[in-house]
Amino acid sequence: MNLSKADVLHVARLSALALTEAEADRMTGEISAILNYVEGLSVVDIPDESQDGAALSPTLLATDTPSPSLSPEGALAGAPDRSGSFFRVPRILEEGR
Amino acid sequence: MKNPFFSSLAEFARGRDERRFSIEEVTRYFLSRTEALNPSLNVCLSINQNAVNRARQIDARLVRNKAISPFTGYPVMIKDNLEMEGYPTTCASRILSGYLSRRTATAVARLLSLGVVVLGKTNLDEFAMGSSTENSAFGPTRNPWNPARVPGGSSGGSAAAVAAGLAPLSLGSDTGGSIRQPAAFCGVLGVKPTYGRISRSGLVAFSSSLDQIGPFAGSGADALEALVAMSGKDPLDMTTVDRDPAEMRSGYQSTEVMGARIGIPEALFGEGLDGSIRERLKDLRDALSGEGAREVSVTLPHSRFGINVYYLVATSEASSNLSRFDGVRYGFRVKNPADLRAMYEETRDQGFGDEVKRRILLGTFALSAGYQEAFYRKARKVQALIRRDFLEAFERCDMILTPTSPTPPFAFGEKTGDPLSMYLSDVYTITANLAGLPALSVPVGIDSHGLPIGAHLIGPPWSEGRLLKMADRIAGLYPMPLPELHAGHADGFSEGGRR
Repeated sequence: MNLSKADVLHVARLSALALTEAEADRMTGEISAILNYVEGLSVVDIPDESQDGAALSPTLLATDTPSPSLSPEGALAGAPDRSGSFFRVPRILEEGR
Repeated sequence: MKNPFFSSLAEFARGRDERRFSIEEVTRYFLSRTEALNPSLNVCLSINQNAVNRARQIDARLVRNKAISPFTGYPVMIKDNLEMEGYPTTCASRILSGYLSRRTATAVARLLSLGVVVLGKTNLDEFAMGSSTENSAFGPTRNPWNPARVPGGSSGGSAAAVAAGLAPLSLGSDTGGSIRQPAAFCGVLGVKPTYGRISRSGLVAFSSSLDQIGPFAGSGADALEALVAMSGKDPLDMTTVDRDPAEMRSGYQSTEVMGARIGIPEALFGEGLDGSIRERLKDLRDALSGEGAREVSVTLPHSRFGINVYYLVATSEASSNLSRFDGVRYGFRVKNPADLRAMYEETRDQGFGDEVKRRILLGTFALSAGYQEAFYRKARKVQALIRRDFLEAFERCDMILTPTSPTPPFAFGEKTGDPLSMYLSDVYTITANLAGLPALSVPVGIDSHGLPIGAHLIGPPWSEGRLLKMADRIAGLYPMPLPELHAGHADGFSEGGRR
């Protein structure tokens, strides 16, 4: 299947990626070519009794046991920007709201 | 691969215990060789400045106490997507610039507890996505056998490190062939264990259901000991399985070529395989038969869909795993973004390279509303069929032999313009990840252009020991010459290499 540039820009937004115009043009062609290849899967017959890969290896869950974790200072040690014990990011809410 | 002190882990341990060399001496040798060759090969992204100190501490302890393990004092390099507390982990990505690890990967911690000396962290394709190490934000690694050729990937730095004799042992990670294909390209042994054998805790996640850590080493016997040391249940990785790692030693000891049933999927030796590789593997098959192994014809009818399945399953998982890199908590962040959304989007656009972005987009698409059933779900169902083919084949054979790579090491730039042709380099290795099986690549000599060729063995779950013994027997049939190290330091230590 061939994606349009609008499709790629939509997926880029879902992926939180700001593609440049040139990147979006190039990725549109490249991703379409890869999709056309992987679509070769459509010829595979899936027998009714077949399970999917996920069912063969169900997600294992850890028991909920409290244990020590990263300290606040440790978690903040690599922060690109911080304020006291918080990560600082651009304002999310308008002033006064 | 050669060094003046030892040619195997066992010989290292003997030499150390008989005081024929100190750990400091050995550590300094490998560090200075790395310093000499790294400018031309670009194997290491960082050197451990504390390595000599650690070596001295180990020497001081060895004066009073016996070594606790053959690994005590043994030099190791690790792929730079494995965490080590207090050291940078870049994943060869700009997005992790400035990041220092807050923990140590379980596999690395287990080796450290036995006393290994980590010399440095090795180059890779960004976030382990690639087959040539050309996707590194810090430039490609060069193949020690020919600096105009790629070392393979994504663990190209770790493979080249062992091939060039910068370390006798290194660690990589393998999601679709990222240990085995560079092992073949660099003429060393590389092993991907059974999924669940080794904890992935501290390995920066690419595709969590496929990723496994494994070693590059000079022999199957050395790789075996590294696997035993790293394996076993880990509460930090729920997919690790509680099995005795020593079972691999028994598997190694009880395996012989005589009587081994080697599965041959004839279709994989046909079209698309380089002629010199096909010939060498034919020679290997004849040699193994001559020593009493029995060839068993097997068919793996769904394996030809391996690449299709992989690029849906792996990219879907990657799109989720890589969402954590957003510029908030660590690593790179763009300067003065207009708002929060722009901060995320521009940080990720500038921080990630092309291949990573391509895979995030593809994975996000495969999981998006309206397409999940046709793409992701279908891929998971075919994945189950690929695994079933293998398990049926292993009812009739002990292991399966295939090529590791369809081609010899290719030239820089040869495949970077066409992502699909790069993906096809993994056509023989990718199914072992999809089926969760152990597999390895063992060198079987060089071709007429002086480039290494690898043979690929895939086994049933938990059969690493058996595969490693066969690898040692195969390696015995094809003694490898040493690579001539180029770029003005043929002996590794000439003027050009010193900085």
